[in-house]
Amino acid sequence: MLCGATNKSTDVIAGKLVPGTYLLENLKKLTANQNLSMALWNSFRNAMILTLLALLICSIAGYGFEIYHDKGKDLVMEILLMAMMVPFAATMIPLFRMFSQLSMVNTMAAFMLPSISTPFLIMMFRQSARSFPHEIIEAARMDGLSEVGIFFRMFMPTMKSTYAAAMTITFMNAWNNYLWPKVILQDKSSITMPMLVSNLISGYALDYGMLMLSVFICTIPTAIVFFGLQKSFAEGITGSVK
Amino acid sequence: MKTGKKSMTLEKKKSLTGWGFLLPATLLICWMNFYPMIQAFILSLKSGMGVNLSFSGFSNYTRILSDSTFKQCLFNTIFYLIIQVPVMLVLALALASMLNNKDLRFKGVFRTAIFLPCATSLVSYSMIFRSMFANDGLVNTILKGFGIAPVGWFANAWTARLIIVLALIWRWTGYNMVFYLAGLQNIEYSVYEAARIDGAGPVQSFFKITVPLLKPTILMTTIMSTNGTLQLFDESMNLTSGGPGKSTMSLSHYIYSTSFVQSPRFGYAAAMSIIILVMVAVLAVIQMKVGDKR
Repeated sequence: MLCGATNKSTDVIAGKLVPGTYLLENLKKLTANQNLSMALWNSFRNAMILTLLALLICSIAGYGFEIYHDKGKDLVMEILLMAMMVPFAATMIPLFRMFSQLSMVNTMAAFMLPSISTPFLIMMFRQSARSFPHEIIEAARMDGLSEVGIFFRMFMPTMKSTYAAAMTITFMNAWNNYLWPKVILQDKSSITMPMLVSNLISGYALDYGMLMLSVFICTIPTAIVFFGLQKSFAEGITGSVK
Repeated sequence: MKTGKKSMTLEKKKSLTGWGFLLPATLLICWMNFYPMIQAFILSLKSGMGVNLSFSGFSNYTRILSDSTFKQCLFNTIFYLIIQVPVMLVLALALASMLNNKDLRFKGVFRTAIFLPCATSLVSYSMIFRSMFANDGLVNTILKGFGIAPVGWFANAWTARLIIVLALIWRWTGYNMVFYLAGLQNIEYSVYEAARIDGAGPVQSFFKITVPLLKPTILMTTIMSTNGTLQLFDESMNLTSGGPGKSTMSLSHYIYSTSFVQSPRFGYAAAMSIIILVMVAVLAVIQMKVGDKR
């Protein structure tokens, strides 16, 4: 892929696996044909905001479910877990109709709302809150910290690795999401990277060098996030606390 | 009496705080998952084009029964499901238990190599597979080197389906492996050592220790992969464009094209989506029942 980005279209097809000298030319062609910077910015902005909101809302809920749990909340959790089985295909059309009635098509909010709160993330944070020592909470209460304060001052800093893992998964999902943006972001100015890549093949003459470059650019952010957080990612999924 | 009352209110206050913590997430899930689901069902009872919808009972469902494209897509989706999910999960489990071995060198390198595909976007990897298997692409060039005639991978329904399955396995094995690795790290290493002292070989300890202790994780990944495969869209759309003809089209792809490509038929598409929902639910219940028995 990386080599493909630097080669001519004909060389890529032939499977040439050594770096070539066409990188700049491919980049020029790509920026001439598509609005690369806009797609990158849209994707980046959407994915970042979505990830931050999702982490905040889901971690608060996961913490709430575990720390203050009682029968009523356990029941709510079970119902929420059922949402995990609802396939997106089943909710896509009503969601689209709902957002178009609210005239929210082509807005960032419409893109983000369906995936901010996911049962999977809530479950993940709930599991990690299980290993959060209750003595700390008691001690913090004694010291006069409010319940909200305990969450932000005690829980959040302790659970860094869970947050890292959740962030990796959420960011990758948000960045790679293709179907929903394709449905809800129909305006040219709100194009995202995966849409741009897929647009490239709709042309008649497919330039593989250009394609490979765009594929490469599309992969960089998720790769960075993944490698940057890799260590805490593995720890976080294990749910361990040091 | 007085103290009892005081602790009651304290409990109540705590419980209320707890509900406050849950509220945003719960409301969002109800608004974004359950409410649209009910809407989809209501919509599936209506028919018509675009926004002119009228109530028509179950006619959409009876129409599905005689829709050959739907049957084709259903067949494709189930084919992907049956081949890909077991192969992928077994592969992921095997890789995870190999990588969990303490004596293995370069663990980090292997882990990264196996997990790297997950970092590539769905559209991107579809494109890469598409160019690799193109008529004059990498795979055919290699075949030519061995003196084998090039294959028109996307011209034949079965080879095209095979490529989708291959692509899916490449993309998702690492993802599932991470969950298994995490689960394996919760198993004390001493359990394996004890088993070894008792004379259990690696195969035996895999089936007697690893698989039973990982049961919850296996169940979760099975449900997640089943759900994911039934909703397959990106690959069908970008890797093969559903072709040749409609022989590799997935159900989600068909729903998408029914509702957004030509004249929108939301009611009909909603009816199809309800069928997927029922399939996911039935399969999940079966998996849980089987998982409980073991």
